[in-house]
Amino acid sequence: MSSSRSDGLYRPGTSPIHRLPAHVKVVAALGFVIAVVSTPGRAWWAFAAYAGALVLVTAMAALAPRFVARGLVIELPFVVFALLLPLLAGGEQVEVLGLSLSRSGLADAATLLAKATLGIWTSMLLAGTTRPQELVAGLQRLRLPRLMVEILSFMVRYLDVVADDLRRMRIARDSRAFSARGPRHWGVLASTAGALFVRSYERGERVHLAMLSRGYAGRLVLHGDRPGSRREWATAAVLLAFGIAVAITARVAT
Amino acid sequence: MTTPALDVRELAYAYPDGRQVLFGLDLTIHDGERVAVLGPNGAGKTTLVLHLNGILSGGHGSVTVGGLPVEREHLLEIRRRVGIVFQDPDDQLFMPTVAEDVAFGPTNLGLDREAVAERVTEALAAVGLAAERDRPPHHLSFGQRRRVAVATVLAMRPEILVLDEPTSNLDPASRRELAEILESLSLPTLIVTHDLPYAWQLCPRSVLLDDGVVVADRPTTELLADEELLRAHRLELPFGFDPRVQPVRP
Repeated sequence: MSSSRSDGLYRPGTSPIHRLPAHVKVVAALGFVIAVVSTPGRAWWAFAAYAGALVLVTAMAALAPRFVARGLVIELPFVVFALLLPLLAGGEQVEVLGLSLSRSGLADAATLLAKATLGIWTSMLLAGTTRPQELVAGLQRLRLPRLMVEILSFMVRYLDVVADDLRRMRIARDSRAFSARGPRHWGVLASTAGALFVRSYERGERVHLAMLSRGYAGRLVLHGDRPGSRREWATAAVLLAFGIAVAITARVAT
Repeated sequence: MTTPALDVRELAYAYPDGRQVLFGLDLTIHDGERVAVLGPNGAGKTTLVLHLNGILSGGHGSVTVGGLPVEREHLLEIRRRVGIVFQDPDDQLFMPTVAEDVAFGPTNLGLDREAVAERVTEALAAVGLAAERDRPPHHLSFGQRRRVAVATVLAMRPEILVLDEPTSNLDPASRRELAEILESLSLPTLIVTHDLPYAWQLCPRSVLLDDGVVVADRPTTELLADEELLRAHRLELPFGFDPRVQPVRP
């Protein structure tokens, strides 16, 4: 029951990156990703510079390259799209391994992949060094609307419980010799999803009752993270400033 | 006679779908009393519990807590006075850390930061979990979570404690630890349970509920010895358990 799944992608550690307050990291990561996204296409040296910075941060946070690589799996749909681009785009053609590919399509595909990879890498660094609860507290400190913070906080708290519900339902189902083999079994999967929804909904009601019983009147006070010190902000600002500088230079150069 | 800690009079209630669960229930608890509420599934135990702090209302009859009627205008005070520990601690514990969860109730009462912190420390000490204050509740064992759930209501300094099936899913050691905590508190306590030996161990008095009314209200030993009564209301003692020959409690 008390697994650490709820810690999501968090990898415990005591590195300087781990110790930064969550909201400081959120600002740095978000700013850096915006810089990456706003970099003009084909500015290869800029993408290499971003990657260099991320390698440095990954090393500082003592995160394994394999951990980052695992996160890149969600990039797969982009990869498929990127692979199609050179085949479908028009313009000047080049021959690669007997295939006729579009030169601009290749460049666009490479840009797309570079940006997606850098963005996911940054997110993995944030997720790997920040506990989900801290992230929620950080977002609160950044003045995300209260309702959204509360919803996120409940999600972090109950993800495990709902996952456990699902696991128990699956075990109970499989214990009666069920295995989903084809469309014939989709009905069973659909009712599992439905039952899980109803259970979660009912749990929501019970949680609400329990909250009312302790005098809840519509205001949840989450105790946020500590504020960032000037030094910590400065650390984060280095990454941010680097990203912005590279993005501007790339824009001016092209 | 002093004001009873809890006084339920002729309580009747039907759910909005028309299903009537309580049919004129009377129950009085005095200061310092620990009372077990026994009864088969569907007897109305949970419905009764939800009336004690005004979560459910609008039926017939009255509930008063320490002389204060459970009515809309003093709902907050009622919820401070009546501490309910629900059956599933996962329903009760939802804040990111144990300490924040225990602070939830006192904060709702409008206490300032220092007062809240004091309540949290006091409540966690009372359940022996002071060391776990900064951990997320879902990292605790089930027994620990149940104890945190008790702490979350103790932090409101209630005048009566109500526990719904406190021993469900507990291993024997957690069960004993919880009993020790409950015995150490000098609060009037209502324990809703199917666990008859637990009722016998903790509560000198028991109330048997069935079909929405109190069918028996006697000393626990005497009630549990009445086999006919138990059988008539689908209650059974565990195999080999005899309340008459159990050793006297230490």
